[in-house]
Amino acid sequence: MSILELRSISKVYGRGAAEVQALRDISLSVPAGMMIAVMGPSGSGKSSLLTIAGTLEDPTSGAVLINGQDVERMSNGAKARVRRRTIGYVFQDFNLLPGLTAAENVSLPLELDGMSARRAHLAGLKALEELGLGDRARHFPDQLSGGERQRVAIARAVVGERSLLLADEPSGALDSANGESVMRLIHTYCKRGTAAVVVTHDAQLASWADRVVFLRDGRIVDQTMPPAGPETLLEQSS
Amino acid sequence: MSVRHALLALLSEGPKYGLQLREEFEARTGEVWPLNVGQVYTTLQRLERDGLVETTNGDTGPVEHDAPGAPQKAYRITPAGSAELDQWLRVPPDLSSPPRDELVMKVLVAITVPGMDVHEVIQAHRTYLVQLMQEWTRLKEDEDGSDLAFSLVVDAELFRLDSVVRWLDAADGRLRRAMADGWTPARTAQATMPALARRRRIGARQQ
Repeated sequence: MSILELRSISKVYGRGAAEVQALRDISLSVPAGMMIAVMGPSGSGKSSLLTIAGTLEDPTSGAVLINGQDVERMSNGAKARVRRRTIGYVFQDFNLLPGLTAAENVSLPLELDGMSARRAHLAGLKALEELGLGDRARHFPDQLSGGERQRVAIARAVVGERSLLLADEPSGALDSANGESVMRLIHTYCKRGTAAVVVTHDAQLASWADRVVFLRDGRIVDQTMPPAGPETLLEQSS
Repeated sequence: MSVRHALLALLSEGPKYGLQLREEFEARTGEVWPLNVGQVYTTLQRLERDGLVETTNGDTGPVEHDAPGAPQKAYRITPAGSAELDQWLRVPPDLSSPPRDELVMKVLVAITVPGMDVHEVIQAHRTYLVQLMQEWTRLKEDEDGSDLAFSLVVDAELFRLDSVVRWLDAADGRLRRAMADGWTPARTAQATMPALARRRRIGARQQ
């Protein structure tokens, strides 16, 4: 079963002359362990796709299924639970809360979900340690480098074993080495069974995905084939 | 890739045998550029003819060619060889003229063919390139970074392919804007004479 399934999603903003069709008949299925990258020029509908997949916005038509459950049929409370427990979000500008330490930022979603402060703190620390940020746990966001901030944001997105990671230009302002380590991290989580959708205009980052989907004018216009063996390139050059 | 200078670089570490040179060449280029042993010996013969390397019996100095019963020949770099290597490393390769890029040609031709969906042509190339990049990234993924040469080669390939994808993206955007402004293929043919002359000068540097 897919963690995320989009069935014939369309999204229209505005009405009449001001009507903008942001997404047209998008179908996409992301099983556990798979990373999908969505590439397209600005205005192609990438961000709309991600906010709808993240249940932050409703499609005009079509269905969003998360772990097989139709989001439209969920109560508001159930939707909020899915957002807190199942989905992790990573944004271009990290969106860390400046008044909280790295550890507090990471443990916040768990506390909001009703976990005790102590248990949430321990889980937060563990997530930070896994990302090599154990010694940064007490630092505030403005005491961290851009690369560190984004790793904290990733720790916050995956903490509590969430099964769907949604990332919008996750390495936006980072240099290529930091961008790569962000993608490597997301990739590592996918190998452990997380499903991920990464929106990016950067082909080098997209190339970490198992499948790259190309979006244009709100439509999927093409996608890459499933991975061939890693040996094919070396065979070609000999 | 200059096999000649790569061999000189390997020999700058000390005398080596032909087979050993091939193995080391492949290892140091991340095993991405295979080299056949015939190519190694032909190159060594030319280097020797040009006085850039000499044959030795192990470390005992120059030996007679094809002496009966002689052990396998080792090669050693000469001072002229070291100077040549040093010079080669510092001289930038000629990148001053645009290469005759087949992909660029295809897009340029596509915009002149009546009824051709250029965006679709561009997308076909973009998908292929990103797919290739995925294959290179997968190689990187399995590598923990300990093989520095390999990582550098993979990076170079990824940046090269990435630059082509970015050009396609830019071309796609430029075409859309041009079409929105009422561009038609016929207008491309009306470039002014001074502009043409200037462009030809850039192309002429290539010859």
